[in-house]
Amino acid sequence: MSASHDTVHPTTQSGQIRMDTGVIVNKCYQCGKCSAGCPVASEMDYPPSLVMRMLQTEEPVQMEKLLKSMSIWLCVSCEMCLTRCPMEIDIPALMDHLRQKSLSAKKTNPQARKIISFHKSFLDSINYTGRLYEMGLIVDYKMRTGAMIQDVAIAPKMFVKGKLNPVPEIIKGRKKIAAIFNRIHKEGK
Amino acid sequence: MKIGLYPGCSMKGGAQEYQESVAALAKVFDIELVEIPDWNCCGATAAHNMNKELSLSLPARILALAEKEGLSDIVVPCAACYNRLSLVQHELAADASLKAKVSSIIDMKYEGTSGILNIIQFIDKYIAERFEEKVVKPFNYNAACYYGCLLVRPHNILKFDRVEDPESMDILVRKAGGNAIDWAFKTECCGAGLSVSRTDTVARLSGKIMEDASDRKAEVVVVACPMCHSNLDMRRPEINKYLGEDIKIPVLYISQVMGLAVGLDAKTLGLNRHMTEVRLAEKPVKVAEEPVAPKKVANAQKLEA
Repeated sequence: MSASHDTVHPTTQSGQIRMDTGVIVNKCYQCGKCSAGCPVASEMDYPPSLVMRMLQTEEPVQMEKLLKSMSIWLCVSCEMCLTRCPMEIDIPALMDHLRQKSLSAKKTNPQARKIISFHKSFLDSINYTGRLYEMGLIVDYKMRTGAMIQDVAIAPKMFVKGKLNPVPEIIKGRKKIAAIFNRIHKEGK
Repeated sequence: MKIGLYPGCSMKGGAQEYQESVAALAKVFDIELVEIPDWNCCGATAAHNMNKELSLSLPARILALAEKEGLSDIVVPCAACYNRLSLVQHELAADASLKAKVSSIIDMKYEGTSGILNIIQFIDKYIAERFEEKVVKPFNYNAACYYGCLLVRPHNILKFDRVEDPESMDILVRKAGGNAIDWAFKTECCGAGLSVSRTDTVARLSGKIMEDASDRKAEVVVVACPMCHSNLDMRRPEINKYLGEDIKIPVLYISQVMGLAVGLDAKTLGLNRHMTEVRLAEKPVKVAEEPVAPKKVANAQKLEA
């Protein structure tokens, strides 16, 4: 490892990434194994190896493209890229980092709206009940996205099979979960 | 024997049959599974996509509750929950200041001492040794064991099985009397959490998995994750539409396969709850033959020549 790898420059883009995720973007030598193994690369605007290259340039315009990309939201966190990377670069952690940066900078891709809505509905359910209440999640998601008729046809069969709980399980420590959300929310401000 | 159980949200909702079959199997082997009291959701994909601190705090509370209860081993049958709990335990063990911070966010003491077991590790540790003597109805079918992503990756943290060609579930299926087939999609992704928000992506990814299983004459796909199960089972209409085929291969949990082999009935194991009907024809039990992989034999001959 060269000396430049050992020095963290917090003012640079890659320095920030390294501090937040431990990932050293310059370790990538563009072999392309991540993109070859990525199950969603074909649907992405920038496949994982290109994401790495764009970050290596240190150009704000490339970071801007990534924050507005679909790639960061299509990534399913399957960890295949990390598994096959000869340099063991934690691309999934990098993707988490970029998603959260995109959210806080309010730069999310409009086409990712449904994916983000699903995550938000999911977290709301945990915030309110302590657990994921599947039926509540779906209703909340439909309200957010307007996808009213999606999957309506399979609901009755799921109900008959005992796969849809009509009432949420609310845990006793529900307020403690809400307090966790509050503490994190306050800190983020 | 008392062991902690973290069922996770799926097992209380869409994957009740997983909970039922794990409970029934444990009972056969006199294992008492104690649910972690007042457990919360692990946060799953949503938390780590949206907020790092939340993704650490939710699993940390679960582990702290288990510690408080004195549960040294906890079994986490959902592969996604198992992954999140293991990753958080690992990350907090490596960073004392982060551990202190998370402990203050959850307002609980957290040590990080729990032994976290996935369903296969649980079976290997507590059941496997006594299993074969209890087999009364060998599961005589061609089974494609599907491990998915989160049971085996990332390997440097989970350190479970071989990362590209795992075999632990295949070994259990063989012990149950099944024929675990060679196939190419053991650890390919099913599309995971995009099931609702990008159903087309899930149909394509899960479609490829089911297509390979079908091409290789699998009679059943065996899984250890409620998310994989719901994508391969509940999304079957979308999968078949994508493939232009009508694949009817049922998807069973490993706990259901092992439960059937020790003589538990279909209803107890929740087989009736699957969206893709489980119709397994009665077959005479074959005398076990040594499995021969034709390709490997051909290669070996080539090398000798």
